[in-house]
Order: sequence, then structure tokens, then C-alpha cells
Amino acid sequence: MNNKRVEITPEATEIVEQLKDKHGDVIFHQSGGCCDGSSPMLLPKEDFYIDDNDILLGEVAGVPFYMSHDQFEYWKHTHLTVGLTNGRGSSFSLEIPLGKRFIIKSRLLTEEELNYLNKN
Amino acid sequence: MKYSKPKFKEKYGNYINGKFVEPIDGEYFENHSPVDNKLLAKYPRSKEADVKKAIEAANNAKEAWGKTSAGERASMLMKIADVIEQNLQEFAEMETADNGKAIRETVNADVPLAVDHFRYFASVIRAEEGSATELNENTLSLIIREPLGVVAQIIPWNFPLLMLAWKVAPALASGNCVVLKPAEQTPASATFLAEKIGGILPPGVFNVIHGFGPEAGKPLASSPNVDKVAFTGETTTGQLIMQYASKNLNPVTMELGGKSPNVFFSSIMDHDDDFLDKCIEGAVLFAFNQGEVCTAPSRLLVQEDIYDEFIKRVVERTKAIKIGDPFDMDSMMGAQASNDQFEKILSYIDIGKEEGAEVLVGGGANKLDGDLANGFYVQPTILKGHNKMRVFQEEIFGPVLAVCTFKDEAEAIEIANDTMYGLGAGVWTRDAHQLYQIPRAIKAGRVWVNCYHDYPAHAPFGGYKKSGFGRENHLMMLNHYRQTKNMLISYDKKKLGFF
Repeated sequence: MNNKRVEITPEATEIVEQLKDKHGDVIFHQSGGCCDGSSPMLLPKEDFYIDDNDILLGEVAGVPFYMSHDQFEYWKHTHLTVGLTNGRGSSFSLEIPLGKRFIIKSRLLTEEELNYLNKN
Repeated sequence: MKYSKPKFKEKYGNYINGKFVEPIDGEYFENHSPVDNKLLAKYPRSKEADVKKAIEAANNAKEAWGKTSAGERASMLMKIADVIEQNLQEFAEMETADNGKAIRETVNADVPLAVDHFRYFASVIRAEEGSATELNENTLSLIIREPLGVVAQIIPWNFPLLMLAWKVAPALASGNCVVLKPAEQTPASATFLAEKIGGILPPGVFNVIHGFGPEAGKPLASSPNVDKVAFTGETTTGQLIMQYASKNLNPVTMELGGKSPNVFFSSIMDHDDDFLDKCIEGAVLFAFNQGEVCTAPSRLLVQEDIYDEFIKRVVERTKAIKIGDPFDMDSMMGAQASNDQFEKILSYIDIGKEEGAEVLVGGGANKLDGDLANGFYVQPTILKGHNKMRVFQEEIFGPVLAVCTFKDEAEAIEIANDTMYGLGAGVWTRDAHQLYQIPRAIKAGRVWVNCYHDYPAHAPFGGYKKSGFGRENHLMMLNHYRQTKNMLISYDKKKLGFF
């Protein structure tokens, strides 16, 4: 048990670091809906408006990972790992020009993890 | 008829001011076919400077274009429709090569629907009238519609030519100039269209700019020199585009997908007839276009007393789906549009299994032989579970159906509406009361009743809730691309009397 809702793979971390060097402060926001939806988007921090309708799931590679509250209601029993795949996504996510795409792999949170996370 | 991958040039330009031009910094990106992962052609990796050129061309053209008569514009749109129709085979092959979808769909749906869309908007603008209302005996109110000017349109990769037609035809018909950014996975048909229709429209009226979202999409959506932004895609980018547009107080329309319920009531199985056969196909339409449809009926809700018998036939029909060479007219499903889509779909099947969903059919990648071994193919998959599972709540955008049961009308409505989205829905029944009452109770912009996946140009399409706002199709679209000018005319010779 590591008590985290979201983690990141070394390959994805490397790309995040590259993009931080280029774009400065960035955030992850989990998208939903059509086309490239259901994937995490990496965006310049000052570009994307975050407020109480978003929930902070944690930090990965030094980057805050957000999701809208209503989406979280359906995701909260799962643990997320930000991974990386080759591919040509559209969307405005910053890794797109590299021919890479962040992708979410999920697993169920264990009862122990859920108990911990729901308390903290 | 034999279909095959069409010939592509080595590289293409942006289409700006009636000409193909190279990207200013000379950078291109490679576009691969999802059919076999082979290179098709290179397209410009445009940046802000290229986008500015396209917007400038559109702004230079807007005054003259906005003054053309409805008759002139209709005539040009009709010609565009004719050109697409005359080149139907090549457009269809291009869409299949670029997107991976089966040729039977591009030949019979994507391209003919795009043709019809241009004809529809060409027709309706000829029949329109403004209004004149006598507000009192001396005051007349005239309502006259005027084009917005320049419209930025960012379209998705699931129906590249058809989504172009949905956005471009009404914008041009209303007298606007367009800067279009096709999705970077599917740049081919927009470019091919520009090649074919180049001589029909005046320079600058229709511009196509290629490139990536953060590099070309962002300067287009945030430009102070466009008058509207129309977007189809996912929710996070939708919010971002709205933020950019808000800086310019520009109107936007958003089509952001869904998780559409397809609801089957007991009465469908009262008879084993053509209608039941249609119902079974209606459930299997989750696999249409490999599931890459914003309105894919990806949640199947079946009344519990018919579940066993009905699902057996749905599974049988799903097993009969032929997946093979997308250029073969017998193939019913082709490739997913890109590797990242392919990976995402498989990751959803995995979490579905982990959440305890039962795999009724499919459940993994589909390995094809020969050249197709490198393409992105997924088995049509049905997962039995409950509506709180993630596979019931997130748009997978693949051939994955999540099925659950309901006991009565109230529960059917409750499950159907238990989603963040509200784009499409299907209701299937022989009960006359349910035919009207259930669709009214479902919070979605399009409810198909005893049918699904029909997209006539004269029926408005769009979302409730997080599926977006604004509509596409139907003549009401014209007003999404126009200003309302009100002239208030007084015929009274007497002053007001205040001063």
C-alpha cells in the first residue's frame, strides 16, 4: 500500500520533465468525453482555470493532477497510473508534438487504501 | 467495385487564400495509416505565424463574401457537393486510409452524407426569410441576419470529411469565411477537398491549416481576429477553448461526446419479426465506426425479463461482425484511428474486467495477418456489469459495449440519466406510451426512437450536460453562425416629448 491515488511511470516522468523545461509550470487535468477524452491532458499552469469544481488527486513528477468533481465520483474507487504510449492524439495536451501520448492505466484501490484515502 | 489505398503525394501544404502554401518554418509531420501503420504523406506542422496568415486571408475575404447573395452561395455549395459526389470513390478510399474505418461505411455513409449536407444548406438559405413586425402603427421592426465574419473550426478525426461538412457547410452558407483545423490524425480529406474545390470559392473564404493542438489549435482558438470558435472533442480541451474565446468575448459551440444509453423494453420480444431483427442490429450498432462515434450507443440497458434471450442474440450478431481489410467491402469493422486510441481502449477493457464486469464476447486486441498485423484492431467487446463501473461512465471511443439490466421504466430512466453526459440515447419499444414518455425523460439532445445512428441534415444534433451546447445540422445552425441585426424604424413624425 502506498496511499496514493495517482502515480506515474518513469517513461512518462521523463517526458513531463522535458515539457516542464520547455513550458514552465504545468498541470495535469483528466479529460472526459469524445475522441481523445478519458486521457490526461498536460497543460501550461496559467492557461487552465482550476477552481472548487476540480479535485486535486495528488502530484506526479512534481505536477498536480486534477479532475472535475463529478468525474471523480465515478473514478474514486480506482488507482491511476499516468503512462506513456506512442501515438498521435489530437487535443491541446503539450506532449502531442512529440508523437507521444499520456495514457491512464487503472486498477481498483484495495480496501486498505480506500480506508486510508477516505480518511485523509 | 474494388477499393484500395489511394495515391498520396509526398507532402501537402496548408490551404490559405486559395493556394497551397508551405509552412513558414518548413516543418512537417508524418501521417500514418491506422490500417497498416504505414506512412501516407506529410502535412504542415503549422505554428502561430501560419495560423495568422490564414486568419488574415479570411478577414480580407469576409467583406465581399458576406455580401454575396444567398443564390450565389447556394450555387457554390451545390458545386462543392457535386465535386465530392463525382469523386466519391477517392474520398471514401482516402477516409479509409486515413482513419481506418471500413470502406463500406465511407462509401455508404461518410461521403454521401457530406454531399447531402452541402446540398441541404445550399437549399435552405434560398427558402429563408427575415421578419418584419409592426410593433405599433408607427414602428416597424426588421430582423435581418448578418454573417459573423470569420469562424475558427476545430474538427475531430472520427468522421473527418463529414465533420468538416457539418461545420463548414452552414458557416459558408451563412456568409462566413472559415479557418479549419482538421485533427492531426486525419488531415487527408480536408486537403483533398481543398484541391478539388479550389476554383469554386473565392480566395480566402475557405482555409485549411494543419498542425498540433498546442501549436496551431491554440493560436486559432485564442485569436482576437476570429468571430467564433466551433469545437468537437473532449471536455478538458473544450474548457480550454472556451477560456481562450472568453478573452475575446467570442461565442463558441462545443460538442464534447457522451456515454449514450440504448434502452430496450420487454415488448420488443413480443414477436420474432423484422422489428426484433432491427432491435438486435440497434444494439450491435455500438460497433459502428469501431465505436468511434460521439453518440456511440455504448451503454446497453435491457429490461430484465427479456435479458437472457435478447443478449444471446446480440452476442450472436456481434460474433458475426467481420473484421478484416478495411478496403474490403465485406469488412464490417476496420482499424481504430491511432495507436494511443488502441491502447486506451485495451486499458478500459482491463479496468472493466478488474471491476468485475463479465466479458460476454471479445475482450482484447484483434491480430490480423500480413500488412494488417501492424494496424490497430480491437475485437468488438461486450461487458456485463453495473452503471457505476468506469466502463459505464467514460467514453471509451472503441467497440466496447457495457450492458446492464433494469426492472421497470423508473429504473431505466434513472440509469439512463446517471451520467455526466447527454448527447445521444436510444429507446426501443412496441409500447405507444413508452415511445413518447421515455425519450422525454432522458436528458439528451438526440433520442433515437426505434432506430439509432441516423444523421439526416434536417434534424438538430447536440448535447445536454457535459456533452456541450449549441447544435449542429438543421437550418437552426445558420443562426449559430450569424448575428441578428434589428432595424427599428419609426414612421411617426412627432417627437417623443422628453426634450
